[in-house]
Order: sequence, then structure tokens, then C-alpha cells
Amino acid sequence: MVKSFRTTDRVFDVIIVAVLTLLSLSTLLPLVHIVAESFSDKAAVAGGLVTFYPRHFTLVAYRAVMSDHAFFRAFLVSVERVLLGGGLQFAFTILTAYALSRPTSEFRSRNAYMWILVFTMIFSGGMIPFYLTIRDLHLLDTMAALVLPTAVPVFNVVVLMNFFKSLPKELDEAALIDGAGPWYRMVSLYVPLSLPSIATVTLFSVVGHWNAFFDGMLLMNSPDKYPLQTYLNQIIVQASQPQSHLTPDQIKQLSQLSDRTVNSAKILVSLVPILIVYPFLQRYFVTGMTLGSVKE
Amino acid sequence: MRNKLAIHYHVMLIPAIVILGLFSIYPLFGLMIAFEDFKPGRGIWHSPFVGWENFQYVFMLPDIKQIFYNTVSIAIMKIVFTQLFAIVFALLLNEVKNLLFKKTVQTIVYLPHFISWVLLGGIIINVLSLDGIVNEALQAIGIPPIFFLGSNHWFPGVMVGTHVWQEFGFSAIVYLAALTGINPSLYEAAAIDGAGRFKRLLHISLPGITATIILLLTLDLQNVLNAGFEQILNLYNPMVYQSGDIIDTYVYRAGLREFQYELGTAVGLLKSAVSFVLIAISYFLASKFANYRIF
Repeated sequence: MVKSFRTTDRVFDVIIVAVLTLLSLSTLLPLVHIVAESFSDKAAVAGGLVTFYPRHFTLVAYRAVMSDHAFFRAFLVSVERVLLGGGLQFAFTILTAYALSRPTSEFRSRNAYMWILVFTMIFSGGMIPFYLTIRDLHLLDTMAALVLPTAVPVFNVVVLMNFFKSLPKELDEAALIDGAGPWYRMVSLYVPLSLPSIATVTLFSVVGHWNAFFDGMLLMNSPDKYPLQTYLNQIIVQASQPQSHLTPDQIKQLSQLSDRTVNSAKILVSLVPILIVYPFLQRYFVTGMTLGSVKE
Repeated sequence: MRNKLAIHYHVMLIPAIVILGLFSIYPLFGLMIAFEDFKPGRGIWHSPFVGWENFQYVFMLPDIKQIFYNTVSIAIMKIVFTQLFAIVFALLLNEVKNLLFKKTVQTIVYLPHFISWVLLGGIIINVLSLDGIVNEALQAIGIPPIFFLGSNHWFPGVMVGTHVWQEFGFSAIVYLAALTGINPSLYEAAAIDGAGRFKRLLHISLPGITATIILLLTLDLQNVLNAGFEQILNLYNPMVYQSGDIIDTYVYRAGLREFQYELGTAVGLLKSAVSFVLIAISYFLASKFANYRIF
């Protein structure tokens, strides 16, 4: 009796491991293929010989990326927007979340401000009024257009606000009795106690800024001001899109002309910053997400 | 004393009010364009008012039904299949006792969530193109090449499939959290009564997360008009406009690329209005039946 359970359970185990391995491979293999192409010889890639390991190993594609000025200019624009935009979001999220975490007994207008935030979360003017607003403010083609509109990420504010609220009130009262003012309590009590939550929302804003491409496409007129993702969208995605008047054979020829190895290398170099923050992101996001989002 | 403190909190909220006022609230006035014969030179305040004319025009457009259908069908398929894969994945992962294997699988499947659609688009175009690795593999087993991103037959399915591929792991996090909340004594009792691992999964784990499943599906109601703007913008092309053009891509193309500001704003406003109703229904249901509150 007991033994038969053990065998079915063992079969069950094998099935689980097999399914999970398959799912992991489906995620990983496309990336491995791109890595393999980026280190392979152009001709081997065009001939369809490269699968999941490099053929005729070469660094030519990476050398081409390294000497590509447009790529590096876009890379630097992205670094700049991550530092500026991430910094602004960090400061404004803490300020806003802290003020909104105060009880109404201490801050009577708290609910009115909260409604404004909720309102902006639900209603948006949409793409065209947003574009015209940036134009009217004379921010088109400036770094400010990329970092200011998202400087107060409402969702992150709500997550952090709920975390601040969950901290024991006694600590706050003790600090108040010791004569600590609101700014002092925020900086030396709430922020240090909430580091995991703050780390989570900050990492999310860094990743968000690094990955954003549409605002660059919408708001930047000159290509030399494109952030990296917008630049890549132009050279990889738009350039490789088939045109309707071409036959499948012509498209096949066209895509062989464009250099797949260099494009693969560009994709991977752009992925490096994400891969660097990913381990930290992973350590924090589970706690950070579940802590703030649902309140009993 | 209390009023004195409040002044500090007002000061702390100045950046939020300025930023949201400029970039979230001020653009709402721009919605007037939907009711105007908009002249870019005269701006939103001085262009002639035309009432519902732009909306009448929208409803007469031959493509509008198709675009609405594309949006809703792609979005609903994405919701259903992502949740389905996430649930199965979470239930299976929950059975794994080997921590190293568990962590490795999680690390791998969460990763695509953090990669931008530009890079994913580059990868997917590479892999699915006519001379890509998928078609090479199909040819090796005798299937003629498929033009995944250039055929109206395949395109919506590819959008759903690649979205599920990107998101199923990350969507499972909530289910995994719910699974850890199930009382272990339930499993022990079932084991003593002779239930095998699969039966325990079916009769304890699955019922244990049913409430979470219903809550997430309710919240997903908000996304019925969000079919994935960035994804489709990075993967579509004129050959698949018929099956792949959604409300957001249409607003961008017709409104901004072709300078039909009134048309784009009117379509966007219609979408916002319906979305608002969906958000309201979804939060009402979620707070009433699952006691869910975000604030």
C-alpha cells in the first residue's frame, strides 16, 4: 500500500522536474541562441549553422559594437536618464509616501492629497494630449522630457506608503517624545527601517528607466538624443521589419544583408545592466511586492 | 502643534503636486481636442469646437471594428493563458523540494519580465524570422517555413505566446506566496488518509489558491483593452495591421504619425472611458468579495 504510493509519487516527481526543465529551457534557449550568434562568424550565421554554441568563434561583432559611436552615445543617454530619473523617483517617492503615511489626526489634508494621486492613476489624457503638453512646455528634445513626467511613480508611492504605515506606531511616538521633527523622523527612522522596500521600488525605477523606449521615440526629434532602447528600436526592429511590397524571398535576402551578429551583440551589451541588477532585484522583489501591495 | 507638523507634510508633497499637475492633470484638458477641429498653431484653447463630429467620424471608419476586435481578443487570450501557465507553474514548483533546482528555475523564468520589449522584439524577430532558428528546425523535420510575424493567421497567436513566455513566471509569484500560506497540517492529514502527491495538489493546493485566482482574474478585467502596446509596436509591420493593429498602436499611427490629432484623441478618450468603467467594476468586485484594498 505505502510502497505503491511511493512509486506514483516518484513518477509525479519525474514529470514535475521534466515540465519545469522544459519551461526553463524555453526561456533560456532563445537567449543562448543570441549569445551563440554574437560570437559566431557572419557566414556561419547567414548559413543557418549556429544553434546554441558559437561556430567559428570570433569577437568581430563585439569589436564592431565597441567602435560604433551612435551606440555608445545612446548608451550614455540611457545611463544619464537612469541616474537622473532614478534619483528623482527615489527622492520624490520617499517624500510623498512619508507624508501620505501620516494619520489624518496628524495631517488633516492627507486624504485630499491621496485622492489626487488616485485620480492621476485612473485618468490619463493619453498619448496625444501628453505629447502636446511636453511640446507646450518646450521640453521636446530635452533630457527633462524623459525624467520629469515619471518623477513621481504613484504605484511605488502606494507600495512604500503602505510599508511605512505597517511600522510600529510606538517607534514614531517615542521619537516624537524625544523631540524629533517630521524630517528627522523620516530620514533617520522610517528610511532606515524600510530599506528593503525602498531598494525594491528604486530597482524597479532603474529598470523602468533603462527599458523605456517609447518616450524617446515620441519626444526626441534628433536621433543623437535617443536613449539606447529607442536607438535599438530604430536599428534592429524597424530596419528588419518586412515591407508589404516584398516577396518572402526578397525579405529573406534583405535580412541576410543586415548584420545579425552585430545586432545580437548590441542586444546582449544592452542587456548587461539588467543582468547586473537582476540578482539584487530578485532578492528584494518578492518581499517588497507582497508587503506593500495588499493590506489587511 | 498638529498644525505646525502639517505644514511640513504640505511641503513634502510639493514635488508630487507640481509633477502630477503638469504631466498628469494638465494633459486632461488636452482631451478637448477630441471635440475640436484642432489647429496645432492655435493650440487646444483656441481651436474651433465641433461637438461630437470626431466621434461620428470614428464610428464610420471601416477599420474601427477590426481594431476593437483585435484589442479585446488578444488581451483576453493573454490574460487567460498567462494565468493558466502561471497557476500550473506555481503548483508544480511548489512540489519541488530541492531548493537549488527551485531557485534556478525561478531565476531563469522571472528574467524575461525585466527585459524591454525592444530587446525581446529583437530576439523574437531573430528567432522567428524566415531564416531564424525555429524555421530551420521546422524545415529539418519537413515542415515548410512559416512567416510568423508577417502572416495575419499567425500574428495574434505569436503575440499571445510571446507575452505568456515573458510573463508566466513573474505572474506565478503571487500564487507561490498564496501556496506558502496553506496550513501544512492539511497535507499531513491527507497523506495519512492515503492521498498521494498529485491528489494533494489537486484537493489541497488548488483549492487553497482559488481565492487568489479569482482575485487576480478580477483585477485583470482592467486589462481587457490593454493588448500590449510596446510589444506590438516592436513586432508588427504593415503586413499584419489587419490582425495586429490595436487601439493604442492605431492612436499612435493615425494620431501622431499622420497628424490626425482629433481622431487619435477621440479614440484614446473612448478607450479611457471604457477602461474607467472596467477599473471601477473590477475594484468593486475585488473589494466586495475578496476584501482587497490598495489604499
